[in-house]
Amino acid sequence: MTAIPFPAPPADSAEVVALRAEFRTFLDEQLKDRTPRQRSDNWYGYDRGFSRAMGQAGYLGMTWPKQYGGHERSAFERAVIVEECLAAGAPVGAHWIADRQSGPSILKFGTEAQKQAFLPRIAAGELSFGIGMSEPDSGSDLAATRTKAVKDGDVYRVTGTKVWTSFAHEADYVILFCRTSGTPADRHMGTSQLLIDLKNTPGLTIKPIIDLAGQHHFNEMHFEDAVVPADMLLGEEGQGWDQVMSELAFERSGPERFLSSIELMVQLIEVLKGRDSDAAQITVGRVTARLAVLRRLSRSVAGMLQEHQNANLQAAIVKDVGALFEQALPDIARELIDAEPDPRAAGAYASVLANIVHNSPSWSLRGGTREILRGIIARGLGTR
Amino acid sequence: MLAEMITRLFERSLDDAAQAAAREGQWLPALWTEVEEMGLPLALLTEDQGGFGLSFAEAGEALRLLGSHAMPLPVAETMAANQLFAAAGLALAEGPAGIARADDLTLSNGRLTGTVARVAWGEQLDCLALAVGDTLCRVPRAGWTIAAAGTSANFHPRPTLAIDWTVDAEAALPWCPLASGATVRAFQIAGALEAALDMTLSHTATRVQFGKPLQKNQVVQHELAKLAGELACATAAADLAGEALARHDVLGVAAGTLRAREAATAGAAIATQMHGAIGFTREHRLHLYTTALWAWRDEFGGQVSWAKLLGSAALAAGGPGYWPMVTGL
Ligand SMILES: Cc1cc2nc3c(=O)[nH]c(=O)nc-3n(C[C@H](O)[C@H](O)[C@H](O)COP(=O)(O)OP(=O)(O)OC[C@H]3O[C@@H](n4cnc5c(N)ncnc54)[C@H](O)[C@@H]3O)c2cc1C
Repeated sequence: MTAIPFPAPPADSAEVVALRAEFRTFLDEQLKDRTPRQRSDNWYGYDRGFSRAMGQAGYLGMTWPKQYGGHERSAFERAVIVEECLAAGAPVGAHWIADRQSGPSILKFGTEAQKQAFLPRIAAGELSFGIGMSEPDSGSDLAATRTKAVKDGDVYRVTGTKVWTSFAHEADYVILFCRTSGTPADRHMGTSQLLIDLKNTPGLTIKPIIDLAGQHHFNEMHFEDAVVPADMLLGEEGQGWDQVMSELAFERSGPERFLSSIELMVQLIEVLKGRDSDAAQITVGRVTARLAVLRRLSRSVAGMLQEHQNANLQAAIVKDVGALFEQALPDIARELIDAEPDPRAAGAYASVLANIVHNSPSWSLRGGTREILRGIIARGLGTR
Repeated sequence: MLAEMITRLFERSLDDAAQAAAREGQWLPALWTEVEEMGLPLALLTEDQGGFGLSFAEAGEALRLLGSHAMPLPVAETMAANQLFAAAGLALAEGPAGIARADDLTLSNGRLTGTVARVAWGEQLDCLALAVGDTLCRVPRAGWTIAAAGTSANFHPRPTLAIDWTVDAEAALPWCPLASGATVRAFQIAGALEAALDMTLSHTATRVQFGKPLQKNQVVQHELAKLAGELACATAAADLAGEALARHDVLGVAAGTLRAREAATAGAAIATQMHGAIGFTREHRLHLYTTALWAWRDEFGGQVSWAKLLGSAALAAGGPGYWPMVTGL
């Protein structure tokens, strides 16, 4: 039988139950002034103050070693923090990428000096990261990267263009995926990763790209003979492809892959209050069942990561099924409530609906498109 | 271990001829005897109750195997009935058993009357676990006659029973039999989808069109990926329901059964489509699974009732209470 194992996540321990309760109290206090519309930004909300508060309270770098500012807690405990943040619509953007993937990559591949320089500051909520992978001619086909870094004494000279870089205008660093030898025809050979200081790299310019909702969240990064110290090489020169694949595994497995539109669900339930027809009950029941099962799948992946098992196939499944779920919610809501989406509405429901309608198409693009994920799943099933 | 034994038994004794006979409504006495000898009806009992004390994962695997072999006999129902009897302190079934809660059953002065619709293999059962209000009654075969015939979507008997029995074995109801039934069906659905994915993978690997195996087409690969996603959801949904049942949490059962039922619908459609016309025949074994999925997804409480139960609880929790409710499922 072609079982794809999703091991049962262990029942919440007393520590996990206590952590959840304690963290909900923390969030209630931190987010008391946050409007539904702001909450519906989900993990694109960006607030350095909130991230510092998270760091000070010990909620970042949860699983990392204490010597690097971490808290040596389990993957499940981290999963509690992550899902509670998303469900509450906390503005996690300033630490999200660093805590989820850049930090873990540095921990895995970085030099001792890099670990000491970056990890404690990420765990303190002070250092914000972005992802420098996509290029104008290299989207799904990441190995076609053209951005070139040429070693010149104790620096790399970088030339090329990255696009869609979320938070590049706000963050402190990105991990850049680039070519250190050969040509795009060499595919994944000769690629590397560099830590790029966004605030302090001569030859780097960052330009906004405005998305269809009118928001500035992602950017173009243009490198023109930009100078990067050679000790900012992450991992080994030429091993960029394997490293980037490992980074994507951190990126694809979490609850952000099905909770992006959770605020719409919260507001929908508020609107339906007092007029819960059969149709409303049935629909909300079915949505809730899907959500509960996705949550279990995601917790199962957290368990596999905790045991250091390879969960790439499982993570791709969670992201594929999860994106379908979060993208379905606006239409499910539209079948229950007559309302026009209004991006500037004062009322909660119309403005949240507009934000979700505008942003939901991106959820099956970012982090690997639906089509690419299904290819990964099919390969995992033994086809090709 | 148990899983291997079950697999061996089913591979040996549950062949196409047995399946065809069951579709004609014929009971399979030899197969049932083997199932009993293996102790399967006791698989959900603890060791204290006379079971083997299987772990949650082992019990789930046993239930899934009933699905992945399209077991036509009411083995899952008997397992669930015995679990209820044991929890209530009533005598276990001495043969195949059924479970039900029916709206028009009345228990008055010890006499139970009314009808119970669509009981799997109702004519052949040894006894029934029937819920009436807060009471669980153990009704032996002498307690009912067949009021009307009925057939499941996979062509097994689902007669309506007319109950008339002076109850001599009753106890406080430990939990709702519909929750038990919906839970075991969720596991069976997961098992059937596992078999359907397997068949679809092997069919698309061997069937050649346009000079290459079907599986070499990206569109086909994407359908396989979707089917795998539905299987993953069904498996997790069954586990969710199973854990919820263990703590008598009917909302968790509702969530699990609803998602497993959705997976049954979506998965059966993909598997049939990827097989082409052969998947629409009785020649190919796929139909054993698709028709079973179409039967199981509507049994033990319809999808509308389960959805309303969970949905009204979610609406009652309100916007701010919604997420805490979800994390409690
Ligand atoms: C909101 C948002 C934020 C993002 N943030 C970042 C970021 O911070 N950093 C970063 O590096 N990138 C980021 N991205 C970029 C994202 O990773 C890419 O958009 C994605 O990898 C797809 O690349 P593309 O847009 O060039 O589309 P393309 O690769 O050109 O694909 C276009 C379409 O063709 C399909 N397609 C492509 N190849 C195949 C194939 N072989 N088979 C079948 N179908 C195929 C795709 O699935 C898609 O539907 C972000 C994107 C979005 C939308």
